[in-house]
Amino acid sequence: MINPKDIHISSVIKKLLTGITGLSLVMFLIAHLIGNLTLFAGPEVFNAYAQFLHHFMHGMFIRFAEIGLLGMFLIHIWSAVSVQMSKKKARPSRYAVEADAGGASKKTFHSLNMLVSGGIILLFVLVHLNHFKYADHEAIGTMRLSNGVEAFNAYKLVVGSFQANFGYVLFYMLAMAVLCSHLMHGIWSAFQSIGFTRPSTLPYLNLAGKAIAIALALGFFLLPLLIFMMRGTFDPNLGPETIRHAANHFLPLLAG
Amino acid sequence: MKVNLRIWRQPGPHAPGRLVDYSIDGIDPSQSFLEMLDALNEKLIKEGKEPVAFESDCREGICGNCGLVINGVAHGPKAACTTCEVRMRQFEDGQTITVEPFRAKAFPMIKDLVVNRSAFDRIMSKGGFVAVNSGSAQDANLQPIHKDDAEHAMDAAACIGCGACVAACPNASASLFVGAKVSQYTWLPQGKVERHGRVLKMVKQMDAEGFGDCSNHAECEAACPKEISVSNISRMRREYTKALLAGV
Repeated sequence: MINPKDIHISSVIKKLLTGITGLSLVMFLIAHLIGNLTLFAGPEVFNAYAQFLHHFMHGMFIRFAEIGLLGMFLIHIWSAVSVQMSKKKARPSRYAVEADAGGASKKTFHSLNMLVSGGIILLFVLVHLNHFKYADHEAIGTMRLSNGVEAFNAYKLVVGSFQANFGYVLFYMLAMAVLCSHLMHGIWSAFQSIGFTRPSTLPYLNLAGKAIAIALALGFFLLPLLIFMMRGTFDPNLGPETIRHAANHFLPLLAG
Repeated sequence: MKVNLRIWRQPGPHAPGRLVDYSIDGIDPSQSFLEMLDALNEKLIKEGKEPVAFESDCREGICGNCGLVINGVAHGPKAACTTCEVRMRQFEDGQTITVEPFRAKAFPMIKDLVVNRSAFDRIMSKGGFVAVNSGSAQDANLQPIHKDDAEHAMDAAACIGCGACVAACPNASASLFVGAKVSQYTWLPQGKVERHGRVLKMVKQMDAEGFGDCSNHAECEAACPKEISVSNISRMRREYTKALLAGV
């Protein structure tokens, strides 16, 4: 039925790869955001969570996850860039007048600038990894958890970083706005790329994609901002009662 | 009414092209866009000038022959219609209208507003048919086909192969055309026999023709005179995945 000669690294395979890796990275972002929310439960919970991630399956889990993520990133970048590269070749002479047809079109600022937003996200990831993953962990020190385990004080690193410098908070917020733009087109487009959309589900997937994009980016957007606003109460050296302190300090701020 | 036109003039495939300004008066708003171009050509011929080359055949939106980019939009300002169905009342009196050909490497220029869309024929020759021997004609109701499947197949088969999807796509991709053709056959039992080979061959030919890759802008669906849904592109990708899995 199938002639192996008919199989090549086609434009469709590139779309399948972009979609699969894109959706996997979105799943990672959801898990990452949920994990980060433990920051609000205080240093005990956050550090225990970080300790668990690094020692789960004798540290094998985090290794596999990192290799998997790196692979996803590389494939996503390669396939997406090669799709974009085809663009110029396929239309050597541009239109004198360019306009949108409107109606069913989903061509937006977001969809037209995926390569730019993707490039900015890549730069952000490099800065982010350099700051947290490859930080000087010995200088930060450890914290004794209630079960007696001496764990790396990741809480101090994260909260300390965001409270020390508002410029850093601003950088994160801008990066998350770019992430939002990327996902506004990216999520529904990934479902379309893997062949998941049908006439009946297409409008809902488009809407759901935008909603997830906004929710995810807003979560990551607010995290550094809230930590910065809770300076003084969100103390890296405080115990599990931090969350109560933080709430007492933060709720009046919200109220007015 | 009077309109000012900026029309792409290019004497031949390799000659340099440019936008040339024309002005035409006495146009009836109920005239079609192509009738306005006919009037312009009559005027040019009377003046001893070379008329503007453009394609058209049925002039009722079913043959897929006409196709111009009017003010940056393939098939002009009115949704769900071909260039020949665009009426002059859709423009303002005195408006400047830019008219360009469908631009894509896979649609090489012939002259002025005429491009060669044979790439679509070559894609069709790779799988846009049913080759299995079906014997003598059966009773029409012998093979039950669900009403919804028949409707979906018909929606995809509405494609007239005009190439507006390629012209409108920021990447000059032919995914909507190929998606519609692949879908049309896979909805029906007759087409399912050769489904795997068909999608692989048609996609391979699409890539070989030099069309761009798809970025899911869905601008093609918006420009399509038959309003063919981008869900057909999704179906093509699904079919392609199934074909790859079937080959494992």
